Amino acid sequence: MSQVGLDIVVCVKQVPDPEGPSSSFTVDEENVRVVTSGIPPVVSPFDENALEAALRLKKAGGGRITLLSAGTKISNPVMLKALATGADNLVLVQDGSLDYSGTDSRSTAALLAAAIGRMDAYDLVLTGRQAADTNAGQVGVGIAGFLGIPAITFAGKIDIAGDKVVVERVLPDGYEVVEGPLPLLVTVSHEVGDLRYPHIAEIKRAKEIPVARWTAEELGVDVKGEKVTELVGISAPRISRRCELVEGDTQREAGENLARALRRDGVL
Amino acid sequence: MTSSGEHTGVLVFAECSSGGNVTRLTREIMGLGGELADLLGEDLSAALIGSGLQEPGRELVALGAGRVYVADDPELSTYNPGLYVPVMRDLIGDARPGIVVFGHTPAGQDLAPRLAFEMGTALTTDCVKLDIDAQSRRLLATKPVYGGVGLGSYRSDKSPQMATVRPRVGREREPDPAAAGEQVMLSVDADATGAALRHVRTVGEEAEGVRLEDAPVVVSGGRGIGGPEGFEKLEAVAGLLGGAVGASRPPCDLGWMPSTGQVGITGKNVAPDLYVAVALSGSSQHLSGMTDSGKIVAVNNDPDATIFTVADYGVVGEWSEVVGGFTEALRGLLSERE
Ligand SMILES: Cc1cc2nc3c(=O)[nH]c(=O)nc-3n(C[C@H](O)[C@H](O)[C@H](O)COP(=O)(O)OP(=O)(O)OC[C@H]3O[C@@H](n4cnc5c(N)ncnc54)[C@H](O)[C@@H]3O)c2cc1C
Repeated sequence: MSQVGLDIVVCVKQVPDPEGPSSSFTVDEENVRVVTSGIPPVVSPFDENALEAALRLKKAGGGRITLLSAGTKISNPVMLKALATGADNLVLVQDGSLDYSGTDSRSTAALLAAAIGRMDAYDLVLTGRQAADTNAGQVGVGIAGFLGIPAITFAGKIDIAGDKVVVERVLPDGYEVVEGPLPLLVTVSHEVGDLRYPHIAEIKRAKEIPVARWTAEELGVDVKGEKVTELVGISAPRISRRCELVEGDTQREAGENLARALRRDGVL
Repeated sequence: MTSSGEHTGVLVFAECSSGGNVTRLTREIMGLGGELADLLGEDLSAALIGSGLQEPGRELVALGAGRVYVADDPELSTYNPGLYVPVMRDLIGDARPGIVVFGHTPAGQDLAPRLAFEMGTALTTDCVKLDIDAQSRRLLATKPVYGGVGLGSYRSDKSPQMATVRPRVGREREPDPAAAGEQVMLSVDADATGAALRHVRTVGEEAEGVRLEDAPVVVSGGRGIGGPEGFEKLEAVAGLLGGAVGASRPPCDLGWMPSTGQVGITGKNVAPDLYVAVALSGSSQHLSGMTDSGKIVAVNNDPDATIFTVADYGVVGEWSEVVGGFTEALRGLLSERE
């Protein structure tokens, strides 16, 4: 640890708002992509949870938070809003080729690890457990691999105890407590809690923060060369069914009729 | 890693339940791995890591593994990446499988990317389909992307090709107690003191009654339920039907339901005979975890809610009224039968 408190890096990916109405996502099978329209970009929700975890650690023990984002066309307002929640620095690795089909988990991890490696100091690196677009859940572990530091996945809670990090790792039926040393990478799950809203005053502060802009080339990462998977097809899931609407004179009766319809068809 | 020799065969990472048998998901991915191996005309094998593994080793042979690689050591009784990664890395290095299949479980999701990155190979997570591309004879791994809006298929030229697979994707094969297969004991030198991470303890939140994943009927509530009291009403319905209660994400985030009840892309993947979706809108993330259900019922006061497009039966209305009538009629129907 360089100064007082931890140097925390939070990796944030910009994605089309995954909570946007499903009608705003169109599967373009021919061009092997998903096209979105009319929905704003946001920070991928699990990365927001990671940032929230970082803010709590900073509040408890001091330290600095650096946001790191790689991608194409990263939106200023999106990053500004994230910074304004209480982060200190912003590093952008922006390049037209860093889009959904130009990268994969491995090449993204290589790039982010190179960027983190170039920073003055890092004690704790946080990522979301998975991104809302690829749903892959690999980049965090990959960054740790490239940096040669340990990683703990799916944190629901993160605490610092002396020189150790204590993580509650979310399991389908509970959680397990895992301890790791610093420097450490932790991938964060939504159980950590929602990202706080920025104070208006903080937006002003955030606007003053100088943005470091690095490129893959400067970082010495051959993004194409690191890529090991190819997205070869995309389709819309065929899940629609014909719905029989069950009615009644009252809503209660409609409920009764529902039970009868299920009995009639042998479902019950 | 492709230093010498071809990568061939399908290796399945097997997991055991606390009872000491292989898990249902393991049986499913053994079935799936077997299909891939048949398509390729190659062998199926399994990796089994843990403690006290004689019985599951035999089970895996009966499920079609020509070879079961066993790392049996008390230190390996709980998953610890620091101990499991070296075992799997060495095994894959020696056995040189073409494909490695994991369950999309807490261990699989953690272990597979670590191995893939270490070996410089490709991994596709959370797969809903695995196939062999007829032309290239490479693995085609299909998974939900954009929260389930699309299904993306991935291929790689690197070997071994890895995938984690969701529950209920693979079909279990009938075990053959007479099947021939050998168990290969791996010599392990598991010493947790050297590992960077320390597993301190596991805290279980055992749900009462039927497990959500295994329940024949699931009654799920969404944000529209409005609070924990509403979920008690859903409990009553589930109880009558011998089912379990689930939820979309908001009720879990709001503390109306334990987070273990979440259904969807970041929750549980369920496929009961009957899924009753009450006051939830049907986001792609939720649908991704339940549309394989036998019959789907939707109750929602918004006639345009997406959930109706994937339902077989729907009632438009205030949920407490509809569910009230449903529960009453159900009581009557069920007592008639007795
Ligand atoms: C990365 C990511 C992962 C996610 N993973 C999951 C996941 O695994 N599972 C999941 O469920 N969600 C997940 N989500 C959240 C998801 O996007 C939706 O926000 C969530 O599913 C919505 O829950 P809901 O349908 O209960 O709420 P809403 O969308 O708010 O729907 C509530 C519904 O209730 C109806 N309603 C309201 N009041 C009543 C009433 N009195 N009577 C009848 N009907 C009523 C409304 O008409 C509405 O349709 C994830 C999101 C992200 C970004």
